Amino acid sequence: MEKKTEYKDLVDVPKLIFGTITFLVYLFMYLPILTIAVFSFSQGRVLSLPIQGWTLDWYAKAWQDEQLQVGLFNSLRVASASCTIAATLGTLAALAVQRYQFFGKNFFRSIVILPIVLPGIVTGVAMLSFFSTIDLPLGLMTVIIGHATFGFPVVFNTVAARIARLPRSLEEAAADLGSPPWEAFWKVVFPGLRSALISATLLAFTLSFDEIVVTIFLTGQDNTLPMEIWARLRFGMTPEINATVTLILLFSVGLVLLSQKLGARS
Amino acid sequence: MQHQYVEVIPKFTWENFVQILTNSGYRNTVIRTLYIAIIVTAIDTLLAFPVAYFITKYAGKYKQLLTILILLPLWSSYLVRVFAWRIILGYNGVLNSLLMSLGILSQPSSLFLYNQFSMVVTLCYVWLPFMILPLVTAFERLPGNLLEASADLGAYPIYTFRRVTLPLLLPGFLAGALSVFSLSMGDYITPSLVGGAGDILIGNIVANQFGVADNWPLGSALAMVVLLLIFCLIGIIARKGALENL
Repeated sequence: MEKKTEYKDLVDVPKLIFGTITFLVYLFMYLPILTIAVFSFSQGRVLSLPIQGWTLDWYAKAWQDEQLQVGLFNSLRVASASCTIAATLGTLAALAVQRYQFFGKNFFRSIVILPIVLPGIVTGVAMLSFFSTIDLPLGLMTVIIGHATFGFPVVFNTVAARIARLPRSLEEAAADLGSPPWEAFWKVVFPGLRSALISATLLAFTLSFDEIVVTIFLTGQDNTLPMEIWARLRFGMTPEINATVTLILLFSVGLVLLSQKLGARS
Repeated sequence: MQHQYVEVIPKFTWENFVQILTNSGYRNTVIRTLYIAIIVTAIDTLLAFPVAYFITKYAGKYKQLLTILILLPLWSSYLVRVFAWRIILGYNGVLNSLLMSLGILSQPSSLFLYNQFSMVVTLCYVWLPFMILPLVTAFERLPGNLLEASADLGAYPIYTFRRVTLPLLLPGFLAGALSVFSLSMGDYITPSLVGGAGDILIGNIVANQFGVADNWPLGSALAMVVLLLIFCLIGIIARKGALENL
């Protein structure tokens, strides 16, 4: 007997429904980014429709804008410094928690995520009050410390999860074969956690690069790029900012793909 | 250049908390912030569940690509993503142009921007990835054999969903909800860029007390209120054992 093909065999109804919703949600997530990118090529200075014509001028203007350059440079400095601190402390803490027993370990594990969970405004005013108590002048240094506090748990979580999965027997084998602890770490443990460390550090870098809420409270005279954009946004968005942001987005996409590739390798 | 800090009188007092409780302006702002944060968390939950389900169940070889696409917006400037909604919802904005070209509106509407609606839309938008990602992980960890066992034992799909699927997804959902709720509670950039004049959130008052108003103690007390509300939620979540999912 010939098998009858029914309508529902041809169309997977739940897949269609969930697919449509998913498509709409992705549209919702990319509409604003698309808008920014499109307007960065628009000739008019006012960011409204209809678009009169297309130009690359805003990219040239953004490229020559000195304040944006200073902001970009400061942001890169802050992000590299804070993600270096976060990477170092995060890795050390992850090693300590995974490999050693110490007093208050469980408590430490449960409070270490707080800087990610707490809203930036709480972290921001708390650190501002702290710095004022110890009379530390505000500047890029205080911003770096502030950013390192939320970069730290990001690195810690990722690296600790990776170390937990590394077989301990390899380290013990290295020790049995006469390696001093630092050599066992450098030649056996570190290669195993390298990819996790790199992708977490990149994430800490971007989080810091884009951070504004904590930065507003902790910065002095020097502006980071988001601070510079924030200062300009009060007078309305300019096409130069659109162009800058589109460039940064392209750069971030590169970084994300890089970190995904490194993360997928192991 | 030396920064001048404000002078804080180092004496203990409950006065700041009393002020928050008795001043109707502060009290209403606390309530409004809670209300907005809960609505945003609820909407993001509704949006995230189908997406996470689709990604884990149907996406197949596109699964990794779709997951990266959820992460990507987080890597572009948060400030500008918020500001983009001003371009979309504004008087001469994308939405008005679209509605007019479709013939739904005959003239642009100013109802879309600078109110609680635009604030909720923007907050839902910026924090949505934080809800989707833990849910995707939760769906991935769902053991298929348990669902089959439940069906084999005669449970209707609805019953299986309620008694087997949901409890297993709960930790992932709670982790996402905590992030979205907490990020919305503390946001003051979004209300000041797309909210109306009367729609400020606690974050705006805190920022203001630490800025122009120069009343650090009151600002700290308000930040403590935010902290307390979030700790309540963390307490509930820790009891469900979901903190590891963050």
